Amino acid sequence: MVGIITYGAYIPRYRIKTEEIARVWGANGAEIAAGLGVKEKSVPDLDEDTITMSVEAARSALARRDIPRDAIGAIYVGSESHPYAVKPSSATVGEAICATPVMTAADYEFACKAGTAAIQTCMGLVKSGMVKYGCAIGADTAQGAPGDALEYTASAGGAAFFIGNDNPIAEINHTCSYTSDTPDFWRREGQTYPSHGGRFSGDPAYFKHVQGAAHLMMEQMGTTPSDYDYAIFHQPNAKFPRKVAAMLGFTSTQIKPGLAVPRLGNTYSGAVPIGISATLDIAKPGDHIFVTSYGSGAGSDAFDITVTDAIESDVFNRSAAPTVEELLANGKYLDYALYAKHKGKIVMQ
Amino acid sequence: MSVPRYWRKQLNRYNLKGSKCETCGRHFFPPRGLCPECRRDGKIVDCEFSGNGTVRTFSIIRTASSDYDIQTPYPLAIIELDEGTCMTAQVICEPEEIHIGMKVKRVFRRIIAEGNGGVIVYGTKFVPA
Amino acid sequence: MREVAVVGIGLTEFGEKWDTSFRNLFVEAGAKALEDAGMSGDQIDEIFVGNMSGGRFVLQEHIGALIADFAGLTKNHIPSTRVEAACASGGLAFRQAYTTVASGIQDIVIAGGVEKMTDVGGSETTDALAGAADREWEGLVGATFPGLYAMIATDYMNRYGLTREQLAMVAVKNHYNGARNPMAQYRKEITVEDVLRSTLVADPLRLLDCSPVTDGAAAVILCPLEMAREFTDTPVKILASSQASDTIALHDRRDFSTLDATVAAGRRAFKQASLTPKDIGMVEVHDCFTIAELCAIEDLGFCAKGQAGKLTEDGQTALGGSIPVNTSGGLKSCGHPVGATGIKQVCEIVEQLRGEAVGRQVDAEIGMTHNVGGTGATVVCNILGV
Repeated sequence: MVGIITYGAYIPRYRIKTEEIARVWGANGAEIAAGLGVKEKSVPDLDEDTITMSVEAARSALARRDIPRDAIGAIYVGSESHPYAVKPSSATVGEAICATPVMTAADYEFACKAGTAAIQTCMGLVKSGMVKYGCAIGADTAQGAPGDALEYTASAGGAAFFIGNDNPIAEINHTCSYTSDTPDFWRREGQTYPSHGGRFSGDPAYFKHVQGAAHLMMEQMGTTPSDYDYAIFHQPNAKFPRKVAAMLGFTSTQIKPGLAVPRLGNTYSGAVPIGISATLDIAKPGDHIFVTSYGSGAGSDAFDITVTDAIESDVFNRSAAPTVEELLANGKYLDYALYAKHKGKIVMQ
Repeated sequence: MSVPRYWRKQLNRYNLKGSKCETCGRHFFPPRGLCPECRRDGKIVDCEFSGNGTVRTFSIIRTASSDYDIQTPYPLAIIELDEGTCMTAQVICEPEEIHIGMKVKRVFRRIIAEGNGGVIVYGTKFVPA
Repeated sequence: MREVAVVGIGLTEFGEKWDTSFRNLFVEAGAKALEDAGMSGDQIDEIFVGNMSGGRFVLQEHIGALIADFAGLTKNHIPSTRVEAACASGGLAFRQAYTTVASGIQDIVIAGGVEKMTDVGGSETTDALAGAADREWEGLVGATFPGLYAMIATDYMNRYGLTREQLAMVAVKNHYNGARNPMAQYRKEITVEDVLRSTLVADPLRLLDCSPVTDGAAAVILCPLEMAREFTDTPVKILASSQASDTIALHDRRDFSTLDATVAAGRRAFKQASLTPKDIGMVEVHDCFTIAELCAIEDLGFCAKGQAGKLTEDGQTALGGSIPVNTSGGLKSCGHPVGATGIKQVCEIVEQLRGEAVGRQVDAEIGMTHNVGGTGATVVCNILGV
């Protein structure tokens, strides 16, 4: 059965509080923090980007469980902030984890669901016997335009999954997707910051697709929300995942471990991958996990996952790499000026 | 530098791949093709370093050339890797934190980006272990 | 092997010479040296010129030919060679000239050094100077040249208890001397407080711990000792000229606070001259940074390791002390046009030995020079006497 062989997450150490961003724009920080359910977000260091975070996440995964590097047959990095428009992040990641040269690689973009699309691709390659292990990474150093609502939540982080069928720590029982052409959020080539449809990104976008994929999954698996121990939904803020969970019939207890956004912000392609990591950090053998991602443009990927005994066996050492909780702890707070410097928002000649 | 030059040593920078002289047992990072002790009598093989080490000496760089200046002030150190060889690298920590004897471990970071259109060079830096 | 003497010296003023080009700097120094020797250019058999980075600072290579041409000497088609060892380029030129005359291959050889550093901006200068270290494994990973010497200082201060004030006293002394040197870039005295208040460049080194960016040139003329009195009443004999190498990168050195190449070159020079440090009346050492002067004093054998700070504090390296160091003002106050420094050091010792160092005269019969490339990968030492 195809599944997750090992996983790892990476979150940069810097933070900025919602209230600090609001201070600069003359807005009420406490209100915004409460409205979004996000009190602070992560900020990349000056020398971090999607590639460096992907490498750290992949190395963390391999620290928990080593895999013969020449058996890694595919690497896909999903992001909206690949450092190059043309030159694949996945090739650099491959080199940095000693998986090159006998492997295939490509970079993915599908807004916030590029990472989960990568997981689906690796599943197909493994299930068909084309590769023994595939690496799927979702990571972003997301940008929000100065003064725009997205600036409060666009953050940095990612997670990596090695997919295979040789004693996985979590079996992926099924995946299905719900996709359409919906212009709720986009960024044209050459533009620094994305644009979005405001309230249009709610019902016709996020909620339609997440519910669409979630319903498909439960129909195809013959399950209901109470069959699951945990659920992870895409989290552009804390409101959307809580609302869609309630609409679908999931409880706040089920979504809590996978909801990092209040302290992390929205790591875009990293969001659901980090949510899955955070859940696997505390999961026990037999736990049943429901996942639905969302990427603007738009689409949702759903996964039905069962944690196996392997997660507590000798082959896997969960404590060999930092958990999401450990990565979220001890943040170093920046003011807006340093934040702008870190995010390259200051025009340098 | 130049694109081929960055590329040629990238596996060494990314993965701390160095070399070792099997004749006398010395380890080399940065890699050497010829052992200074044994020279042509030395059998040189590839060797990957664990990335764990100790700060032997350091400075805080406050002025640097344009590709690096945005990061100033940054700690720069000579790190003795556990395997016994010394290398120069940035250490990512507060200037007040770094000290002789500090234990460090490797991380993967950008070294420089050549302006807005040039290549990005990646490599190994260190953080407190 | 025959004995060799210095019969002529010449220097430009050191400083920011906006009006003077690279080639004209050398011509000026060379002409002064010829004037000093009462010699015609036609008598020069060969040229050695030290220059670190014409290629970066003025986009010029083929410097041996350029210099010979603009010195008006290509009409005689004499051999002209540019030598390079970063900041020891001048020292290299001197030693090459010395061995050429000592071996009997040529009779009259001019050894010069030149650097024109101010035509490019600060960032380019910092980057060019990083070529004195290991570009790939020091420069690329974020090391600057001051940063490397700062790491030497951190190691030294940790092991030997040197205080920040003692380190500053090196710069203070050198400015005192430089104030009395009409060719120096900075002729103003400074205080320890001035040093400690100056901007941090690479902890613990501050702006006033660092030698400046300078344009300048220097030249000396060598000939066999037996011929010297044709040109001057005050020939200065070269008692020794030695050179040593070490690893280019600081991280590969045996001991971060000791320049083993200085130890080796120093020993070789003393052996060649059959002398010891006690015999030396004054020494020009390579104080590219204040810490470098302290290491040099110790590594040449003038005091035990770790004691040079105290020696300085006690005034022993001042003009009136037991071993005056850097009577010219050193690299710090006199300035450091990279390729010229090694030759300038010889000019200073010659002036001193002739009794012509007005305002900073030391009474001695034997002097020494010490010139370093990079963080200690090349060292040239010379001993001269009357």
